[in-house]
Amino acid sequence: MRQNLTALIAGAVFGIGLTVSEMINPAKVIGFLDLFGNWDPSLAFTMGGGLIVTAIGYRLVWRRSTPIFSEQYQLPQNTQIDKNLALGAILFGTGWGLAGLCPGPAIAAISIGGIKAMTFVVAMIAGIVIFEFVLGNRRPKTIAA
Amino acid sequence: MENFTPLAALIGGAMIGLSAIILMAFNGRIAGISGVFSGTLFAKTGDKAWRIYFILGLIAAPLLYRLASGTPLPFEMSANMPITIIAGLLVGFGTRLGSGCTSGHGICGLSRLSVRSLVSVALFMGVGFITVAVAKMIIGV
Repeated sequence: MRQNLTALIAGAVFGIGLTVSEMINPAKVIGFLDLFGNWDPSLAFTMGGGLIVTAIGYRLVWRRSTPIFSEQYQLPQNTQIDKNLALGAILFGTGWGLAGLCPGPAIAAISIGGIKAMTFVVAMIAGIVIFEFVLGNRRPKTIAA
Repeated sequence: MENFTPLAALIGGAMIGLSAIILMAFNGRIAGISGVFSGTLFAKTGDKAWRIYFILGLIAAPLLYRLASGTPLPFEMSANMPITIIAGLLVGFGTRLGSGCTSGHGICGLSRLSVRSLVSVALFMGVGFITVAVAKMIIGV
């Protein structure tokens, strides 16, 4: 129960971060990906800011042996650089460049982005469902750290 | 670079980092949106509720921000409907196949110094640059 509350807060803070940074707006993201045109480096600052805060914060968090409201930290254990990782990133990057939306901003935008944002999210869910039915059992599972 | 907004970008990014810290500190979980979201459908029964709450917070945030600030939030998407659908399918399938997206690999993975995440980010960002350049060539902008 308590984990649901902290997840709700984390989700809201994430969404406010996307809103403040304007990364919820596909035009802003396309501006970053338009490296050879009218380049807008803002997204690099968003990612850099997120990265620095998280890198420091995680290390402080991990001084505790367990999370505050759960039994263990659950971190990805897979270290293989494999075909799935590469192909997945390539397909994702193509979709990201075509629409200017990745999963976080797309979901956050369904409340403000109208029919296009909703259409994108429905198609994204379809992509997830297709993956689960085609390859779901072969996916390496996250196990406890 | 007239659209460059470094301060807002940095502050927003720091808030995304704060979100990742909250979820790790209290729940012990990675704030990777593609993973959190797909788990609302496919995770084990007892592992679904927190994911649904996270997604609800994520959806509510822009609305709350808009109510509090009183200004409409810009949302400009140039992709037409067929491209939007293709892009959504690629993002959904690709992030599952590649085990993460901008947040899971880009923020959480890189901050853990994961080599897998570094490879993923280099690829999806590189391909994103190329996709936009090619799309602009095709539509002749």
